[in-house]
Amino acid sequence: MIEFASTFIVSAIQILLMLLATPLVCGIIRKTKARLQNRRGATIFQPYLDLSKLMRKEVIIPSTSSWIFRITPYVVLASMLLIALLVPTIFAPVPFHWMGDIITIIYLFAAARFFLALGGLDAGSAFGGLGSSREMSIASIVEPAMMLAVFTTAVTAGSTDLSIIVNRLSTTQASIIHPSHVLAFAGLFIVTIAETGRLPVDNPGTHLELTMIHEAMILEYSGRYLAFLELASQMKLLIFLSLLANMFAPVGMAIDTAPLSLIVGVAAFILKVAILAIVVALVETANAKLRLFRVPELLMVAFVLSLLALILYSIIGS
Amino acid sequence: MGYSLALPGFYFALLIGGFSFGAVVSLFFVRSNNANELTSQFVIRLGKNLGFGFSTLASLGGCALSLSVLLAGSPYQLEFGRTLPFGPLSINIDQLAAFFLAVISFLGIAVSIYSFGYTNEFVGRRNIAVFVFLYNVFLLSMALVVMAGNAILFLIVWEVMSVTTYFLIIYEHEDSSSRKAGILYIVMTHIGTALLLVMFITLAGFAHSFSFEAFRHVRTQIPPSVNTWIFLCALVGFGMKAGIVPLHIWLPEAHPAAPSNVSALMSGVMIKMGIYGMVRVFFDFLAPGPEWWGILVLFIAVASAVLGVLYALMEHDLKRLLAFHSIENIGIILMGIGAALLFSSFGSKTLAAVALLAGLYHVLNHAMFKGLLFLGAGSVVHATHTRNIDELGGLAKKLPWTMFFFLIGSAAISALPPLNGFISEWLTFQALLLGFDIPDLAVRLAVPVTVALLALTGALAAACFVKAFGVTFLGLPRSAHAEKAHESSFSMLFAMGILALACVAFGIAPGIMISLISRVTSSFFGESGSALSVLNVGTLTIPRGAGSGVSPLMLLSLLAGLIIAPIVVGFVLAGKIRTRTAMIWAGGLEKVEPRMQYTAAGFSKPIRMIFSNIFRATHEIEISEEMSAFYKPQIRYELKTESIFQKYLYAPVRQTTIAAAKIVRRIQTGHIQSYLAYIFITLILLLLFAR
Repeated sequence: MIEFASTFIVSAIQILLMLLATPLVCGIIRKTKARLQNRRGATIFQPYLDLSKLMRKEVIIPSTSSWIFRITPYVVLASMLLIALLVPTIFAPVPFHWMGDIITIIYLFAAARFFLALGGLDAGSAFGGLGSSREMSIASIVEPAMMLAVFTTAVTAGSTDLSIIVNRLSTTQASIIHPSHVLAFAGLFIVTIAETGRLPVDNPGTHLELTMIHEAMILEYSGRYLAFLELASQMKLLIFLSLLANMFAPVGMAIDTAPLSLIVGVAAFILKVAILAIVVALVETANAKLRLFRVPELLMVAFVLSLLALILYSIIGS
Repeated sequence: MGYSLALPGFYFALLIGGFSFGAVVSLFFVRSNNANELTSQFVIRLGKNLGFGFSTLASLGGCALSLSVLLAGSPYQLEFGRTLPFGPLSINIDQLAAFFLAVISFLGIAVSIYSFGYTNEFVGRRNIAVFVFLYNVFLLSMALVVMAGNAILFLIVWEVMSVTTYFLIIYEHEDSSSRKAGILYIVMTHIGTALLLVMFITLAGFAHSFSFEAFRHVRTQIPPSVNTWIFLCALVGFGMKAGIVPLHIWLPEAHPAAPSNVSALMSGVMIKMGIYGMVRVFFDFLAPGPEWWGILVLFIAVASAVLGVLYALMEHDLKRLLAFHSIENIGIILMGIGAALLFSSFGSKTLAAVALLAGLYHVLNHAMFKGLLFLGAGSVVHATHTRNIDELGGLAKKLPWTMFFFLIGSAAISALPPLNGFISEWLTFQALLLGFDIPDLAVRLAVPVTVALLALTGALAAACFVKAFGVTFLGLPRSAHAEKAHESSFSMLFAMGILALACVAFGIAPGIMISLISRVTSSFFGESGSALSVLNVGTLTIPRGAGSGVSPLMLLSLLAGLIIAPIVVGFVLAGKIRTRTAMIWAGGLEKVEPRMQYTAAGFSKPIRMIFSNIFRATHEIEISEEMSAFYKPQIRYELKTESIFQKYLYAPVRQTTIAAAKIVRRIQTGHIQSYLAYIFITLILLLLFAR
């Protein structure tokens, strides 16, 4: 019973932490980008204000749509929250780690994407279909690279369970300098850019029909539904940054529940994610949006990096 | 443990008797000349319903029979016809046969129930009695294929299966494309059968008997070169039926041509007979072979999976699209089987067992979701009389239940957790990853490539089903057909409901099925085959290494909780959601036109561009009747993708065959004298050399 309660409490903390930190990461990226572009930019807390405003607005539902349109925001957000329960952030193992491994996480992302794309098609507008089509096409070439990158760490740890991977690697300490991990990290970083719709793959700040992908799918959403979808997409970014931070550099990760190690864990997590967020902002500032059919070339780079990582592991071993 | 309720003999009789009676009974209820229209229709309906009633009953018997064998652990055997020239024929239902029988029977139940409603539209228009006869014989022959314990019986029922399918494909024979599909199918399937004949004769040469039992006894005595010969014969012969690339070209023609309930059976179980044959020969008749067998099967698997899904993406014909997905899924199944072959060649029985289990679990799951999807497609075609998804759209409101079931099927085939497709793909990934335990470079190179391409396949399948489901059911109707659509009858919905439920159940409670399938794998790999532990029905764990697991039941409950929680929280925080229904922005026009929506061709265009080397698409845009520079009344757009196999493999083969036939034709002079001369020369040659 106590075990059950502690599982519940720890999971609730984890999910609340992710929910609270999510808009902040987005705020940090926007602020950094603004400063890099010589603008002052809005405060890093602006995403919170945006979301709370959206929550209070009226929802407009297209008369052409079916119940798929209405259920999509909930399914997408729930999938992200479920993934947030499975990804180690400040401590490993997370209480629900036995529930799903890294393959499950990748396919939960796919489930969210599946519904998001259906939501885009449901209103019957031209833009929705355009967004869905592009999203699904890019996702299909991202997936192999992502699978190989995460499998590189999985074979090192001898498990696909994310908490076990993180635990193993934090105890051996040698992980980050292993050449195959460096390659896999680079591969997964490109995957992160593509999966979370950042520049140069997709521009999160535009509504120009020639370039939009994610924004086109959610074009017909408004009010609370839009808030959920925005929150979900920001959370996806945080999840990917946590994966990058903790799978390859589990430094400072709490492996017990002593208060001190938890404090160190929180500090290390915030630091690592903040650094990665700033790197993302730098990449976004330094690169222009790629033409849609140039994106596969970039993703091919990620794929080759990840494949090399796994092959290198096979050759030189751990 | 007492299995006193298990009466395999009774279930066996029910199975055979049910199908045989079902086949014959409807033939008595045909139109009589002196009855009026109404009575004769009533009589025909009664006959067909009796036929499907018996097939449902027989399928139930098949399910019970297979479960009783799987649970009891001892095979059910029967021998008859001791006076026949090639020795007695035998029935031998072992664990593997029982598993495949379960798949056939379970889908048989659902499809038979569906057929009650579905075939109503044939009444008065077609010879329904013949259809019911063929349908029952088809199911019976598939059941006998897996139950056969001897090569002669196997080949006979294999042929019966092929021929009945041929007649079912050409059931709508006034359509020339159906007839063409039928010819292609019957030619290709017979090439496969010829190879199987060669294989069985080779095996019988060593065993001095045609019984499978004897084949098993000599498995270690066959020299390696002959082993390889048997392996290749089985791979091509059974692969033809399974529809592996490049032997797949009959499949996308034949499956859509048949009525939808038959398509469901063909895609769901008939192509699995090829998989059954491969598993039977590779793991039962042959000793573990060299490494390249596994690599070759993995290569074919990857090619089938990726090309199957890529070609599916280019299809706008709903049933052809599903047929291409069958090729893809056969690829995924073969990944498990190829990995099992590879691991067993290194003597790793535990790893091989996990890989084979993944493959067999996907056999079951694919039967469920592909059966469901074909039945759903049948309902759509039934309601709209078109298979072109670019003429559909907006069916969500007209066919709400069909849409819901089709959504479950689409999610399952796209391997979305926690449905059944996800579980078997998860197992396949895990099985492949286990390959890293084997210290061999070839294995360690083959595994990452297979993993990457399986991931690609999964993602492309999801893209394809967003297209298929989205364009068919969502948005606005694109034609009058779609606008006038109506929901299907209760029996059709009920059958789809059974399969949808199975997709969910086999997803969230994999433990039940896996404990049954691991009885099959342990019959090949011994008790070490239980490398997979299943806790509390729900959680699936691979205990090797540091352990990795998944708990779909838990995922589903948490997902449901997380869907409901925001609704509740939102309600508490902000009260009832304020919503308004409004028309979407129509780009400045008065209202949204269905033509503004993305089409299926448009949806898959990015993928066509990315993989342009494979598709070699050519398109033609024709703008006719140009009245003025500003007004163009008609634009015709035609897009063709080229099949590289048609062009570089089948076309040369066909041309060579025709050229060879022309040369051989010269000896056919038409004069009886020369024919007599041929006979005379042959006789002399035989006397000289064949003493």
